Amino acid sequence: MTNPTHTAWDDAGQLEVLSFSIGEERLAVEAMMIREILDMLPQTRVPGAAPLVDSVVNFRGKIIPIADLRIAFGMPVEEATLDSRIVVIETAIDGELTTIGLYTDKVHEVATLDQGDSSEPPAVGVRWRRDYVREFVRQQDGVTILPDLDAIFSSFVSNSTSVSNTTSPSTH
Amino acid sequence: MSVGDPIAAFRLEAADLLAVTEQALLDLTHDLGSRELIDTVFRGLHTLKGSGAMFGFDALAGFTHHCETAFDRVRKGSVPATQELVSVVLAALDHMQALLGDDCDTPALTAAGDAILARLQAALGEQAQAAANATQDLAQDDAVLRNGDAEAAEGWRITFYLPPDTLVNGTNPLLLLDELRALGAAQVTALTDRIPPLGTLEPGQCHIGWQVELHGDVSRAEIEDVFIFVMDDMELTIAPLTPEPAAASAAPEAVTGSVAATEPAAAAAAAATSEPARNRAAATPAAESVRVPAERLDVLMDRVGELVIVQSRLAQLAHGGVHDTAGELALRSVAEEIERLASELRDTIMVLRMVPISSLFGRFRRLVHDLARETGKTIELITEGESTELDKTVSERLADPIVHLIRNACDHGLETPEDRAAAGKPATGRVELVAEQSGGEVLITIRDDGRGINRARVRAKAEANGLIQPGQPLTDSELLHLIFAPGFSTAAQVTNLSGRGVGMDVVKRTIEGLRGAIDIISDEGRGSTITLRIPLTLAIIEGLLVRVGDARYVIPLAAVEECIELSLEDDLRSRGRSMITLRDQLVPYLRLRELFATGTRPDQFQKIVVIATGGERVGLVVDQIIGSHQTVIKSMSGVHRGITSFSGATILGDGGVALILDVAQLVALGQHQEERLRAAG
Repeated sequence: MTNPTHTAWDDAGQLEVLSFSIGEERLAVEAMMIREILDMLPQTRVPGAAPLVDSVVNFRGKIIPIADLRIAFGMPVEEATLDSRIVVIETAIDGELTTIGLYTDKVHEVATLDQGDSSEPPAVGVRWRRDYVREFVRQQDGVTILPDLDAIFSSFVSNSTSVSNTTSPSTH
Repeated sequence: MSVGDPIAAFRLEAADLLAVTEQALLDLTHDLGSRELIDTVFRGLHTLKGSGAMFGFDALAGFTHHCETAFDRVRKGSVPATQELVSVVLAALDHMQALLGDDCDTPALTAAGDAILARLQAALGEQAQAAANATQDLAQDDAVLRNGDAEAAEGWRITFYLPPDTLVNGTNPLLLLDELRALGAAQVTALTDRIPPLGTLEPGQCHIGWQVELHGDVSRAEIEDVFIFVMDDMELTIAPLTPEPAAASAAPEAVTGSVAATEPAAAAAAAATSEPARNRAAATPAAESVRVPAERLDVLMDRVGELVIVQSRLAQLAHGGVHDTAGELALRSVAEEIERLASELRDTIMVLRMVPISSLFGRFRRLVHDLARETGKTIELITEGESTELDKTVSERLADPIVHLIRNACDHGLETPEDRAAAGKPATGRVELVAEQSGGEVLITIRDDGRGINRARVRAKAEANGLIQPGQPLTDSELLHLIFAPGFSTAAQVTNLSGRGVGMDVVKRTIEGLRGAIDIISDEGRGSTITLRIPLTLAIIEGLLVRVGDARYVIPLAAVEECIELSLEDDLRSRGRSMITLRDQLVPYLRLRELFATGTRPDQFQKIVVIATGGERVGLVVDQIIGSHQTVIKSMSGVHRGITSFSGATILGDGGVALILDVAQLVALGQHQEERLRAAG
C-alpha cells in the first residue's frame, strides 16, 4: 500500500479546491490538479478493465480513462443526469503522469478550505476504506471529503485483470 | 537536413564514414587483393582524419592518421594487406567510434588506443623486411610516442619538405612556421639541398625544406597537429633533440622492443575492445535525424502546396457563405479535395518515416565476423531483402533483438567444424537473415543450418526451472516457445557470447512491444528458423470496423482473412464446441459478445471475421461488420496497460472511441481454447 498522501495546505493553512458531489457525498480535489470540466461524453467501455476505470473517452484526440469514484466508495451507480460532469485531472498513477477524467454527479464551486476545520477520518462509523480518505473538512453545509486519489488508483489499477484470464461461461 | 550543431553533423557524417569503411574492410577479408576496396578504406580514413581535425576531434584525427598511413602503404604496394592488418584496423574503427564520444581523452581510452597502434605496428612489422624503412619510421614514431615525454622536455628537431605544388594549393609555409614558433623557442633553418639548377626551376613550386629546432616541453602530438592538413603528402621527420646518433641507431631495436613489450598489452586490449565491438550494434545510440530522399520531400511539398490552395478556396466559401446549390456543390468539392489531400499527405509522411532495412542489416556482418573469430567457427552470413522498408522507430528497436538472435544462432545453433564434418555438413555454417514484406507486416527471418533445438533439453531445463510441471503435456510450438520464457537459458555452459542475463525473454518483450510476433521452427540436426513478424508502422493502419453489442471495435485489416455469416444451424450445432469448418479445416472461434461480457442479445445475423497470424486462424463472432476504417492508433492510458486484448484505441468519425483488437492475443486465446476442447475430448 502506498503511503498516505499528505495534503498540501499553504502557509496560511488554506487550500483551494474544486468541490463536487458523487452520490450523497461532497468531495473536493485540489484546484491545481484540475485541467478541465466537461459535459458528459460518449464513453467506450473497456472490457476486462478494473471496474473503477472501465471506460475511456475522446478528450481532444487523446484517449483518457474515466474513473468512477462511486465504485471506490461502494455507492450505487446510477444513470448520469443533466448535472453530471467529467472533471479532467492530471495526477501521477504508478509514477506516471496520467490525464484521467473523474465522473461527478454535480460540480459545485472552487472553494477555499481551512486547515482548522479539517480532521482525520474517524476510526469507526465510516463505510469506506480509511486509506481512501485523506481528510474530513467541516463546512457550513456539511462535511467535504478529500479523497486520497493515489491510494484509490493504485489499489484498483494494480488489481485490474486481463480479459483473457476470464473464462467466459458458454451461455446463450 | 537542418543541423544547427556542426559537431552533431560531423558525428553523423563520421558514423556513416565508419560504416562504409567497415563494410569495405569486411569485404576485404574475402578479397585481400582488391585495389578498389583498399582505396575505399583509405579514402574513408583520410576523410575522417581531415574532417575530425577540422571539427576539433584531435585525438580522433591523430589516431586515425596512423591507420591511414598504414593503408596508404598498402595502397602504394609497399606492404600487402593481411587478415591481421584488417582485423587490427577493424578494432581501430571501434576505437575511433569511442573517440567520437564526449569523453574521448580518458587514460583508459588512450591506453586502448596505444595498444591498437602497437598491434597495427606489429601487423605491419610482419612485412618489415619488405618495407623496412617505412616500418622503422612508424615504429620509431611509436617508440618515441611511448617514452616521448622524457625526451620531449629537451625539444625536437623537425625536418619537413612540403610537396612542390604546395603553394599552388594555397598552403602557406610561413603560417606553419609561425605555428611551430608559437609552441616554443624555435630555430628555423632553410634546407636548400633540393633546389634544382636555375634552368629547371619552376618559380611556382616550393623546393625549400625546413629544419626547426624546437626547444621546450612540447608533445609530439602538438607538433603533428600543426601539419595535420598537409601531413599526407609531405615529408616530415620529428626527432627528439637528444644526442644525434642515438635516435638513428635505436630505431631498429625499438621495433622489436616495443612490439615485444606491447604484446601482452595488445592482447589485453583486444579482449577489452572486442566486447564493446560486439555490443556496438546494440549500443550505437539511435540517430536523431533521418535522411530523406529529396524526391520524397518534393512530393510532400507538392501536397502541401495543393492544401494551401484548397484552404484558400475554403476560406472564400466560408466568407461568402453557402446560399444556393452551386455553393453547396463547391463546398462538397472542397471537402472531397481535402479528403484526398489528407490521405495522400498521410501516405507521403508514412513513406518519409520508412528506412530500408539495409541500414540495420549492415551492422550484423561485423557481428558475425567477430563471432566467427571468437568461436573458431567458420560462419557465412547471407542477407536478403535489404531494400525492404520499415518504419524508422521500428527499425531501431529491432536492432537489439536481432543481435541477440544472431548471436544465439552462431553460438548455440551452429556446431564446431569437427561436429559439422561428423554430421556430414559443409564446414562453413550458414546464417541467413532475410527480410520480406507480407501484407501489413515485415517478416524478418533468422535461419541457421546448425544443430537445431534439442526438445528434450528444453523440457528438462523448463522443468528444472519450474516453468512447467514435470510431464506436463505441451504442443511442439508451446515447447519451443519456452525458450522465450523469462529465466530460461539452454546454454548448459555459459559462454563468453551468450547466456549472460539478457535473454530471449527480452527479445520477446521487445517484439511484442512493437505489436509483432515470433514464430519458431526447429528441425533437430538440421537447424532452426526464427521469424519476427513486425507491423509496417506504428502509427496508422487499415482496420475493419465491427460492432459487438453496442460497442465498436477495430480489427487490423491485414490480419483479416475473410468474413462469413454464422448461420443459425452452425450457431446451434456448435454450442459448446465453437468450431466451424472452413474449407475442410476446423477453425475455432470466439464469441466476442461473451468474451467482452456485453450483456446484450446477439444480432439475428451474426458474422464471423476470420483472422490469422503465423498460419494459425481464429474466427471472431461479431454482431455487425460496419466497414473498413482508416485507423490512427492512439495508445491506451497507463491504467489500461495490463489489458492484453487491445493494442490501442482509435477515434471514429463521430468523435467516439473504438478499441483496436490485439490479433496475436486473440489468436492465442482461440488456439488455447481449441486445445482445451480437444483435451476435453
